[in-house]
Amino acid sequence: MVTIIERTVSQTAALVRPALIDCDLHNELHGDVWALVPYLPERWRRHVETFGVRSPSGGFYPRFMDHRADARPPSGRRAGSDVDFVREDYLDRCRVAYAILNPLSPAASQTNLELGAALATACNDWQVAEWLDREPRLRASIAVAIEAPDLAVAEIRRRARDTRFVQVLFTGRPQEPMGRRKYWPIYEACEDLGLKVASHAFGSYGNPVTGAGWPSFYLEDHVGPAQAMQANIISLVTEGVFERFPGLQVISVENGFAWLPSLCWRLDAAWSLLRDEVPHLSLAPSEYVHRHVWATTQPMEEPHHPHQFAEMLDHLGPLVDRIVFASDYPHWDADQPDEAFPVRLGVEQARKFYYANAATLYGFDSKSC
Amino acid sequence: MARHVVARSGEIPEGGRTIVNIGGLPIGIFNIDGEYFAILNRCPHQGAPLCEGHLWPGLLVSSEPGDYTNRAEVPIISCIWHGWEFDLRTGQSVCDPQRLRVRNYDVKVEAAGTDGFNLHATTYAVEELGGVIVVDLDRRPSTGEAAKLSHLLGARSNGGNEATDREMVP
Amino acid sequence: MTGNHDSETSHGTMARARTLVDADVHAVVPSTQSLFPYLSAHWRDHVTNTLMKGVVETAYPRFAPTTSRTGLDAPNGPPAGSSLEALQRDVLDCDEVEYAILCCTYQVDSLHNPDAAVAFSSAANDWLAAEWLDQDPRLRAGIVVPVHYPELAAREIDRVGGHPGFVQANLPARTTFPLGSRINSPIWDAIARNDLVAAIHFGGAPGTPPTPSGWSSYYLEDYAGMAHVVQSQLVSLITEGTLEAHPGVKVAVLEAGFTWIGPFLWRFDKEWRNLRRLVPWVRRPPSAYLRDHFRFTIQPLDAPDRNDHLLQAIDQIGSEHVLMYSSDYPHRHASDPDRLLNIVPAQLADRIRADNAKALYGLP
Ligand code: FES
Repeated sequence: MVTIIERTVSQTAALVRPALIDCDLHNELHGDVWALVPYLPERWRRHVETFGVRSPSGGFYPRFMDHRADARPPSGRRAGSDVDFVREDYLDRCRVAYAILNPLSPAASQTNLELGAALATACNDWQVAEWLDREPRLRASIAVAIEAPDLAVAEIRRRARDTRFVQVLFTGRPQEPMGRRKYWPIYEACEDLGLKVASHAFGSYGNPVTGAGWPSFYLEDHVGPAQAMQANIISLVTEGVFERFPGLQVISVENGFAWLPSLCWRLDAAWSLLRDEVPHLSLAPSEYVHRHVWATTQPMEEPHHPHQFAEMLDHLGPLVDRIVFASDYPHWDADQPDEAFPVRLGVEQARKFYYANAATLYGFDSKSC
Repeated sequence: MARHVVARSGEIPEGGRTIVNIGGLPIGIFNIDGEYFAILNRCPHQGAPLCEGHLWPGLLVSSEPGDYTNRAEVPIISCIWHGWEFDLRTGQSVCDPQRLRVRNYDVKVEAAGTDGFNLHATTYAVEELGGVIVVDLDRRPSTGEAAKLSHLLGARSNGGNEATDREMVP
Repeated sequence: MTGNHDSETSHGTMARARTLVDADVHAVVPSTQSLFPYLSAHWRDHVTNTLMKGVVETAYPRFAPTTSRTGLDAPNGPPAGSSLEALQRDVLDCDEVEYAILCCTYQVDSLHNPDAAVAFSSAANDWLAAEWLDQDPRLRAGIVVPVHYPELAAREIDRVGGHPGFVQANLPARTTFPLGSRINSPIWDAIARNDLVAAIHFGGAPGTPPTPSGWSSYYLEDYAGMAHVVQSQLVSLITEGTLEAHPGVKVAVLEAGFTWIGPFLWRFDKEWRNLRRLVPWVRRPPSAYLRDHFRFTIQPLDAPDRNDHLLQAIDQIGSEHVLMYSSDYPHRHASDPDRLLNIVPAQLADRIRADNAKALYGLP
């Protein structure tokens, strides 16, 4: 029995921060794939009803906690699946100016690539009908079947006219490292259409979360995205993706960001000796990262000593202006906007992290309220 | 006045809880096997309504990998957001018992009609049946058990020479 | 590197006169034939008459600029790192090294045949003992083990663990299962009962991809990415309770960088606070295990340009007992280890130069 007399809402940071841009809000599928079935054509509807959806097996670490219990709407639907409740419980209460929806649909991980593409189309139709058309502050990632780049490109081109779609969504662990040639058609389309590429933590096409095999516990699976994203950035840089697609911008979502400085240091040191292997790179690796990579804050790294967080911001160098706030609402590990940073931010720094950096990234109006 | 009646005894069933607001302070009152505990409804991590979290049957400890032993004598609530665990008896966190805790308060059942405390009348009408549950905002419960948490966890040390300041205490 | 690393103090120069322990130098098996004295007739015959020519070495491409320093990589000569005389000349005598810990990364895990994996492990260890350890009292070494067969690896550790020159068991960073997995318990039991250190070293040939997204294209990716593979191994060892089961065991992390340790721990500690109930045997924050159980060699430095940033990254480790000097001979690196020794306080410099390694390996 819980009798709630009053909810605690933090008031501290709300006073100094602007309305925020949330770069990772989850629109959840109520009933998983069944939420998308009404949007599937008959051929695939029958398929899903008969055979279900199938991803590479063996990568399942049952989540310890369900979504945030206090984000469950009164309707009884799954947390994050009810746009009206998300508006009231999160967008209004936390003063959100814009939020980028990242639908965690089964589209990207289907072993049946055509089914994946059909699910991606259904997912994007669902986003338009049930989210974007119903709340003007929302923007969305385009769901695609990343392992079928030709089909992904078709879906990207289909959506690009709707400017509420701002980026293309990759899972955290594609079948191949993100820089590999296989994915270049997707990057080409994104560059052409002015869309960003977002890599969201988790989701695998059969690869373990480590470069050393499958771990045993959910805790390991939940630390792992920071390592997985490092591998993807190493790949994007080394393969010369940013040489080939100079307009491409890649956003690391839900991987934290304090690992970026040491990654740049190590990459630069390695490249200084091994550059003969990668003559297609005209710049030091850190330069590409500084020009093409963005990172969302959540899950915020929380040092034991807060001054070390400030040191880390300094170590980021120019990357500090490419760090954008994300809550991950309504997931259990979501960061509460006003309490997320382990240090007190100055007014100007708060403006950048909560709003201005993301406004630059997505081309939103530069002044917030 | 620091003492507030927050409920009639019997109003919070065993295993139940209620969350009240006393002069702007949100406080959760728990009845665990007939014993009452009161803690601030604000998690020292990111400010979640901690008292809406999950009540566990005890503190989970382990003698070795693969061993899961429940110590039922330690009532544990885990935060509704990120799951940090707190000992309801002491307010101590399980992750850092010595330095990170949630504010807790003395709470007891007294005979109704006793003088010397405020009625939290906006929420509860005090009746003569049984007693009333009284929270004292100025006092923490006696912490005789406090050291036991780290003992139960069996932690050897907190490692190395890291400094001990913790800036997350509410 | 544009750091002002020569400016500040004379600690480095002063410390030069003091004792130095080099916690990571390499002993490279020059050829399969060089192991013939240590292989049975069966395997000698096998190598001579079949397509099986020994292990497949992939971690260090022979002529990659990182694999050897200038002058050590003559195309027709033996591979860099295969000569004791060169090691004595270039490191032991030249730097007045009191002790050096040999790391032989012979890739026995590239052999799927378990009998071959054991035979070549044993041969490499007997070769190390006879041609290195017994030839120079300053040397200690790690045991080459068939990590992919944990029971057999344990047997090999037991076989040679009594030799006073073997101070640790070498475990590759890349494995089929993370090192802390219970599948690997026999290895940790053997390390503990032989009172050895566990060393995680660059490389490995498990046949599974080196990244969480499959196979990468370039050596540069594997090289830079080895840090995140090692990070995953630390997550495994701490989360799975390996060090709770073996509280006396220490782990030396070789050649994986260290400037990432602080931020890595911030995230890992946070996740433990969130999810401790899943693994209740992890009684303390991961950072506490790292400081108590893990030691890191300093080469490659993977350092920021600015010295104040480098000092902050060292401070973020939270302990003066974690870093150990290494030359990583014969490998080449972007910065000299003196850059670090010259900027840290004198007492920390002494710990890095010798004290931490001596304590870890019980060296007098
Ligand atoms: S807010 Fe309570 S654990 Fe994070």
